[in-house]
Amino acid sequence: MTEFPYLKDQDVVEVQRGPEPGGVGGAYRAFGETLRGLKTTMARLIEGPLTIQYPEEKTPVYPRFRGRHKLHKFEDTGLEKCVGCSLCAAACPADCIRVVAAENIPGDRVSAGERYAAVYEINLSRCIFCGYCEIACPFDAITMGHDYEMADYDRENLIFTKEMLLAEPIERTPLRAEGE
Amino acid sequence: MIPIADTQLVEATWVMIVKSLVIFAVIFGILPLMTVLERKLIGRFQHRYGPNRVGPFGILQPLADVGKLLSKEAFMPANAIPTLFVLGPLLPVLSGVLALAIIPWGDVQDGVGLYGIDVPIGILYFFAVGSIAFYGVLLGGWASGSKYSLLGAMRGAAQLISYEVAMGLALLGAIIMGGSLSLVDIVHAQGAMWFIVPQFVGFLIFMLAGFAETNRTPFDMPEADAELVQGFMTEYGGMRFGSFLLVEYMEILVVSGIAAAVFLGGWMGPGPSFLDPIWMLAKMLGLVLLFIWVRATLPRLRYDQLMSLGWKVLLPLATLNVLVTAVLVVVL
Repeated sequence: MTEFPYLKDQDVVEVQRGPEPGGVGGAYRAFGETLRGLKTTMARLIEGPLTIQYPEEKTPVYPRFRGRHKLHKFEDTGLEKCVGCSLCAAACPADCIRVVAAENIPGDRVSAGERYAAVYEINLSRCIFCGYCEIACPFDAITMGHDYEMADYDRENLIFTKEMLLAEPIERTPLRAEGE
Repeated sequence: MIPIADTQLVEATWVMIVKSLVIFAVIFGILPLMTVLERKLIGRFQHRYGPNRVGPFGILQPLADVGKLLSKEAFMPANAIPTLFVLGPLLPVLSGVLALAIIPWGDVQDGVGLYGIDVPIGILYFFAVGSIAFYGVLLGGWASGSKYSLLGAMRGAAQLISYEVAMGLALLGAIIMGGSLSLVDIVHAQGAMWFIVPQFVGFLIFMLAGFAETNRTPFDMPEADAELVQGFMTEYGGMRFGSFLLVEYMEILVVSGIAAAVFLGGWMGPGPSFLDPIWMLAKMLGLVLLFIWVRATLPRLRYDQLMSLGWKVLLPLATLNVLVTAVLVVVL
């Protein structure tokens, strides 16, 4: 680097240059590189396709994937966990949850608490799937599920009622196995 | 002196007609399958599946494609030259079908030659007829009245002059060894050893020139879908465009057929003689797979690179190959 004194203290990277293209030597090298390329593509052919054939084959989701919401019941008593406190609606940044609470009548209890959600609606066309409702809920009554296929022809159909949120999804989304 | 091939085989007219129809039916049955095969294989080369929705394994995809093309308007630009514009896609089809006639599918069996016709000037006929296809490119590009088409056609012309000479010289070595221009005689001459062994250089040069002849990557400058939006085909729509595509595959089959006949021993293979056409077809399809494999591998060359490859490398190599072959044939 003596011919460039101003570069003395700098990191100088010497660029490795290949032989000049063209000529018979260039053609020979091009031929060799072509064979290398053919080998590379053949290896890809042998590896086989990586495509996931979506409607038939679904991408498995991670356990913490935030899909469509679910409302939960107690397994032993069958009572709803939601007590209609509207904390989820308050936490919702997209303002897509509507809760109307009502008092539980003794003898015909709907939820485990004093009150229950008479109306619980989530407008999924507005939901941004942030999961704040899940965090806000003091009773773990609402969680984010794994379903992501919610397309519909009508926006009205995307307003999910309490019954729809309590029901099991029709088709289960595959869950990613450990380490997959 | 090259002896004139024996074409004294006399066949009834109906035999000739049946032969032509059978060759036609087989080739035009294979062509659509080739398009699916190519798309599926290219997909596999890229970790994809390729078309697999229409019919079992996507076999019916070409039907859907043709259906789509037929339903399209046969558009013609206002400043196109109508006669030449229509002639553009027709000439290559004609040349492809004419070239199919000389591909030898088998020897004379029961008085019937398993080929369209055994022309005494076989390979010259292939060059004469094959070059007509480029008129389609040139006329199509020029008559379209579009800049991209004209650019594609110009590139086609530049490409034509740079590979055609080397292509002819590449086959000359095999012709000298076979002692005839007739493809049937050349296949007969390969009884002891396929010409790919002594004429390996010739085979390589012929295949390289073949890629250029069929406008395939890495020499698809006349089409160049990325830069010239299909070059000479830009202004074509509907089935005219379809026939350009069809011809591309037909030319691949023809070039594969010539290469299989001249270098890979044609119809020769183990088994009874009625398997001969199957062997020929298998060898052709093997070469077709090579075409597809190369297309999936190599990027497009600049056209000055093709010209320098054609003139500075292929032509001297082919000439050397012919000289060495000629000397060896005389000496041995």
